[in-house]
Parts: sequence; structure tokens; C-alpha cells
Amino acid sequence: MEKELALQMRGITKRFGPVVANHNVDLDVYRGEILAILGENGCGKTTLMNMISGIYYPDEGQIIIGGKEAVIRSPKDAFAHGIGMIHQHFKLVDLFTAAENIVLGLNEKERYSLKSVNSKVAQITERYGFRLDPAKKIYDMSVSEKQTVEIIKVLYREADILILDEPTAVLTPQEITRLFEVLRRMRDDGKSIIIITHKLNEVLEVSDRVTILRRGEHIATVNTADTCEAELTEMMVGKKVSLNIDRTMPVNPVPRLEVKGLNLYNREGIHVLKDITFTANSGEILGIAGIAGSGQRELLEAIYGLQPAESGTILFNDPKKGQPVSLDRTSLLQLKKLAADGALQDADMNPVSFKNMDSKTIRKQVENGNVLYREDEVVNLREKTPLQIRQMGINLSFVPEDRLGMGLIGNMNITDNMMLRSYRSGRAGFLNRRNPKTQAEQIIKELEVATTGTTIPVRRLSGGNVQKVLVGREIACAPKVLMAAYPVRGLDINSSYTIYNLLNRQKEDGVAVIFVGEDLDVLLELCDRIMVINSGAVTGIVDARSATKEEIGLLMTKTEERKEAAQ
Amino acid sequence: MKKLGIGFFLGFLIAGILCMLFDMTSWMGFIVDSLAFGAVFVYGSTGEILTEKAGHLNLGVPGIMCMGGAGGCYVINEAVKSGASPMMIVILGILGALVASMLCGLLYSFITVTLRGNQNVTGLALTIFGVGLSKVIMSLSTVSSELYLGANDGPKMFFRWPFDQPLTFTQLTRFGVMFFLAIAIAMAAGWVLFRTRVGLNLRAVGENPATADAAGINVTRYKYLATCIGSGISGLGGLYYIMDYMQSPEAYKTIEALGWMSVALVIFALWRPPLTIVGSAVFGILFSCSDFISHLEWIQTNMITKYLLQMLPYAVTILVLIITSIKGKKENQPPASLGLSYFREER
Repeated sequence: MEKELALQMRGITKRFGPVVANHNVDLDVYRGEILAILGENGCGKTTLMNMISGIYYPDEGQIIIGGKEAVIRSPKDAFAHGIGMIHQHFKLVDLFTAAENIVLGLNEKERYSLKSVNSKVAQITERYGFRLDPAKKIYDMSVSEKQTVEIIKVLYREADILILDEPTAVLTPQEITRLFEVLRRMRDDGKSIIIITHKLNEVLEVSDRVTILRRGEHIATVNTADTCEAELTEMMVGKKVSLNIDRTMPVNPVPRLEVKGLNLYNREGIHVLKDITFTANSGEILGIAGIAGSGQRELLEAIYGLQPAESGTILFNDPKKGQPVSLDRTSLLQLKKLAADGALQDADMNPVSFKNMDSKTIRKQVENGNVLYREDEVVNLREKTPLQIRQMGINLSFVPEDRLGMGLIGNMNITDNMMLRSYRSGRAGFLNRRNPKTQAEQIIKELEVATTGTTIPVRRLSGGNVQKVLVGREIACAPKVLMAAYPVRGLDINSSYTIYNLLNRQKEDGVAVIFVGEDLDVLLELCDRIMVINSGAVTGIVDARSATKEEIGLLMTKTEERKEAAQ
Repeated sequence: MKKLGIGFFLGFLIAGILCMLFDMTSWMGFIVDSLAFGAVFVYGSTGEILTEKAGHLNLGVPGIMCMGGAGGCYVINEAVKSGASPMMIVILGILGALVASMLCGLLYSFITVTLRGNQNVTGLALTIFGVGLSKVIMSLSTVSSELYLGANDGPKMFFRWPFDQPLTFTQLTRFGVMFFLAIAIAMAAGWVLFRTRVGLNLRAVGENPATADAAGINVTRYKYLATCIGSGISGLGGLYYIMDYMQSPEAYKTIEALGWMSVALVIFALWRPPLTIVGSAVFGILFSCSDFISHLEWIQTNMITKYLLQMLPYAVTILVLIITSIKGKKENQPPASLGLSYFREER
């Protein structure tokens, strides 16, 4: 059967500054089909669709709709051409009812009355088999209901081409099944449906054709019936690229952080981390791979103490047995307490007691290295706040993905940002500004931060320099565990390599490094082991030296069998 | 809610008729006076609600009300000098107040919408500016106090028309044309906000401008229009206070405090214009009860109780704020993006 072309894209190119998001992409969409667009994170899927829906305007190339070239400069133009996009982050007014959201911004001639809107909405829901109460407020709705509102909003505007950006990411298996039924019914009604996704099984289940994008370029378009999971994965991840990151073997790794059966529910009550178990060793970089939003952020925050976990343990293990006690990290008072607890011993394995010793003698004993730790320190970090963790003398460092939101304060200068970690150390309520300033100057010098001095607000630095300041600060407090979430996101090649080298140096110093990354090539080159997580559950921990991209890609996209649906 | 507004409107009418028919007791006089006084707040807060529904917290309302009063008085003064007809004087006066206060609103929207300046700072600066400038204007226009005392036909109409000659015998003369205009504007604003497409779009702009933008609503235009029209309505309150309620050329000096009360009343009215009528009646009574009570013979008052009583409207505002916050009903909360600038490219 010859199908009618609904939309064509020819030679579309879009750049954001020096970054090319889409390069010379061609795309055909026919009437009455479901086209899946498949690709890794950051491969330009969403950018491409945003150009059809009027969010961005292409730098080069043309969009042809119904045989005529179309100029789409705003979402309004897109609606005029019968194109509607359902964004991943819903654009709905919480306080309004479904019906009010659906007619928002419309300029219908008839008099505004919610009754006629409701009946029109009812017609649409009946036709495609949705379930929706038009008078329900958005804030009372589940995610899937909100999505339904978005879809009906588009249908109400009589769109013929529907674009859904990651529609299944937030749905339960049952809801996904229902969504697919609706999509098929719309396809049979003659509408063109484009779904953006990275879940292979869904592509195979629902689509008629698949277009694969990689690094902003169109790789292939194939009929779903003629392809298989392995072929799609290969096209999606591509061949391995060599990066030449200097990777050393881990020097006598010992377990530093043991996470066992960690479960976490977020504020909306969604099960974000499912029974996570892994060990991070000292002197080793553990990579975490996964589709964005699979629980990486929550995992790091749970370890750092920012999110309370439901169940499980996070054991921090700092083997000190037989190591000399140092006065840099511990105060005299703490030492006396440790000795009283029997935690210290001398070289002949006899317990050390500081009783009847004056401070000077104790100091001398410690400085000569005569006092050794007797016991290992194993602490459960769950249900501890970051402050409590720090007060126990455990140095965790966290480089959050939201640099200027969680990591640094944009309006404060570099010195003040250093003080975010040391502001408690001043005497009698006064801040100690001298040490942070030296520290800031040291970081600027060592990491080659391009800045005019320590007094300029951090937000005026470029992304790479902001990241150097943040990583520099986190490293300066001599951490035992360094967690970095997407530390090179948005950075150019040179800055990225500076960060990789910093992480490597930490690893050589015996720090347990946890690195959440999105570029599989980098993960494979930098890490020692890679843990793959998929919708909050660990799907595998592989050796980075022997694993292949395809292997990891499959682990990332493998969805659990729809067990829950059957239940 | 609409029913409530209509109920109170009818209540006002009945109260007015009762006042007309029966001999005025001091109690009745007090209540009628408070209601007339409350109309100042109806103007001020209805205007502010429109602005806040577009997501802009305009703290310049006191200044705008001063400017509205000053602008209106200036135009009336000129009109009287040139011998315009009474009807024209009233209309020109209202237009003058509208233009002066809308210019202030335009300045505010230019700074906060186009330049994305801080709304609180801009509003406070506008208050200081408006209060000061209105003093200059009022002192420049040599207005004779005769003008306010009703010697001239035009200004007289402010507080007599439409019940000019036949109904001079009761306190109903307190309710002039601008009193009824205030109630009409509050009801109309409520209808527009909650019953029309324009209102739906405006509320969307204040709740979630990014969503409104994606739905094809011109966010900037809505913000400008809502702020300017809202300022115009607020400004009328200043004119009403000087020409109708106080009927004194010195009255402009006390408008600022009423402006702040109007901003507080927005919270009391839960961002619903018709409820400002109710709120204004309550505030009017609370505001003037200290004077009234101190005149009652059977209650001993001194200076301290007087000031404590003057505190009442503010205490009630705090109470309402606490109750609505505890109850936490989403419909009774301020617009979600109130006070935030909207910039499309920021994601």
C-alpha cells in the first residue's frame, strides 16, 4: 500500500554555539504510522523534534509538510500545521482543571463555556479510548492522567502529527500498555505518531518504522519488522572510539563503601532505587552507566545523606588497623576519647592509655608514630545527615550534576564558595577567611582556572572553570569517597580531560571514586568497573577493561519483563 | 463565590435603603461611613489582584493611588477653571486619574516585564516616587477648598450624583457615583478572571508563564495589560478618597497607608475580586472602629486602646494568612509564579 507523506525534513542542521546538535538530518514521516526515533542521551532526538514543534528554528535545511515548505517559528505555527508535541516535562497549569488546560490559549469563535469544552473532550476520549474526567484538577492527577491531558490537548487542536518525547519514562507497565493501545488507535485513524525513546522493547512492540540517530546524525531508518534488538543496539551505540585516558591498575583495593539492599522512595512516592547492592573499592573508579533519570542522582544523594533511604545499609569502611594516628585530622580531645575506648595500640600490639600523660607527651608520642589504630572503622551512613557524617570525621565529597544549584553559589566569589565547606571552623562566630583564600588561589593555580582573581562571582566563570572550582574544592578536603555526577557535562574536550586526570589522581591516592557518566566511551576508558543501572535497579556490574559498548548498551536498555503487568 | 459577591452587593443596597428610610442612629452612621470608606480598598485591591494574577507583585500600589488622586484632582481643577459641564468634570476627573496611574503601571511593567527588574524593589521605589510626586502636583495646582466642599456642581456630583437633589435627606448621599463604580469594577473583574477566555489565559500567565507561552499566549502583552489596567483601577481609589470620601484637598497626605492596606486586603480576599467587597467592608469597619469606639460614652478609652484598636485590620490580615496557609487549599494560595520574572530562553 502506497502511503502518503505527512512530513519531510531535508538536511536539517542545528548548532548551539560550537556544539552541533543535529547535522544534515533527513526524515520522512507517513500518514497512519508510528515512527520511533531511537538514540542515546544527547544524540539530538529531542532537538530534532523541537524544531518540528517550533521550540527551536533550524540553522539549515527545510521542513516540508503536505508537499509545501513550512516555516515553523513558534509552537503556534506548529499547531497551524497540525503538529503537536507532548513534552517529557508536562506543560500544564496545576491549578486548572483538565478542560481548562485543554482550551488554554485557544482562540475559538464560540463563547467560552466549560460545558461545551467538556462535551468536546468527551468526544475525543470516546473516540480513542482514553479515560479522563475533564473537571479534575491537574494537581490531583497521576502522571499518566497528566499525560492523557497533554495528548488530548494536542488532539483538541486537531493535530495530525503527534510527537511524544519519552512518553513511557514515567509510566507503570499497565499504563504503558494502555498508552500503546491508544497510539495504535490513533494510527489507524490516519494520524502520524513520532515517539522518541531509548527503550528497545517498546520500539519493537509499538512502532512501524525506526529511525536511529547517533551524535546528531541520521544513521538509518528501518522497518521494525525487519530488525532485531542486537542490530538496533549496534546502530545506536556505534563503534568504540579510543580516547587515550591514562588508566592505571588499582593498587591494593579494599572495600571502602558497601551499599546493601538500598531502597528509596522519592517525594512523590515512586520507587526510585530498587534493592541496590554494590561495593566501591579504594583506589578504583567505579563508573555508573544508565539512561538519564534511572536513579543515579538519588543514589549519590542517598549515600551523601541528602535523601533518606527506606531500607538497606550504606557501610563506610575505613581500614585503619596498624596505621599511625595523625594529629591533622583528630584533636587531642578525640584522641583521649579513642584511647579510653581502647581503639589505640602501640607497635607491640599493646593498648595505649593516655592516662596520667600531659598533652605535650601525648603530642610527642603521636608525632613519633608510636600510636597506631587498633580497630577498623565501619559505620552505617544511612539515616545520617551530611553534617552528622562530617562530624564523625568521614570525608565524603560530592560533585552534584547541578553545579550552580547544589554545588556552588553563583553570586558568591571563589573564596566564599570554598568556605561553604569550612565555614564552621572559625573561632567564636567569626569566619576564617585566610585559609579558604589560600585554598582558592591554590586551586586556581593548580587546575588552571581562567579567572581574574578570587573575588569574581562564580557565575561569571565559564562552565569548565566552574566545574574545576567545584571539583577542586571537593578534592581539597581529602575525601575518602569522591562522588561525581556528570562532571564533564557541557565541558569542552580540554576541560573534560583535566577533570578525568583529577579523578585519576584521586584514584591513585587511594580514594574510592564513583563516577556517573553518560558517554559510554569515556566510561569504558576511565573506569575500572562499571555498574549499569536501569530504572533504579542494578542490571549488571562489568569489568571496564573487557566490556564492550554493546554489552553495556543492552544492560542500559533492557527492561524487566512486564511481570507487574501480569500480576 | 460569585453568589457571595452578589449577596453582599444586595446587602449594601438593602443597608442603603434602610439608612434612607429610618432615622440614622450613630451605629448606622458608623457602618455606612465604614462602607463608604471601604470602597477605597475595593479599588486598591481589585487593581492589585489583576496585577498579581499576571504574576507581578506590585508594591507600588500606595504610590499609584496617590498619583491617581493627584492626577484626577489636577484635571478636575483645570476643568473647573475652563468651565466644563458637571458631567464632563466627573468623567474627565476619572480619566485623569486613570491616565496618571496607568502611566505609573506602565513604568512598573517596563522595568519588571521588559527589563526583568526585581519586582519588590521596583514597587517600593514606585511608592516612594508616587507619594512624592503627588505631593508636588497637589501643591502646584492651587485648588480652592471650595471645590471640595461642593460649592461647584461638578465635584459635588462625585458624592451626590445620581441621587443629587431629591435624596439629600439621608446618609445615602455618602454613596456617590464612584462608590457604585467600585463595586461594579470588582464584580466585572471577577467575571472576567473566572468566566472568560481572557481571564483563563491571564491566570495561566500568573500560574505558569512557560506553559502559557507554549500554549501560544502572548505572555508579555498579558503582563503589561494586566499591570496597567490594574494600576488604573488602583489609582481611581486615590481619587475616590480625596473627592468623595474625605472631600478635602489635604486628604492626599493619608492615602499611602490605605495603599498598604489594599495590598494586605488582596490576601484577605484570596485573590478573588468580588471578595474584596466583603473584605473592604470588614476592613473599613475595623479601620474606623477605633474612632467610633472612643466616642461611645459607655466605653472608657485612652490613647493606648486607640492605637491597639487601629492595629485590628493588620491583625486580621495576619490571622487570615495563617488560616489559609494551614488549610493549604491550592486555590487560596497566591499565583504560583508571583514575583518571578519570566524569560523564555531560561530552561
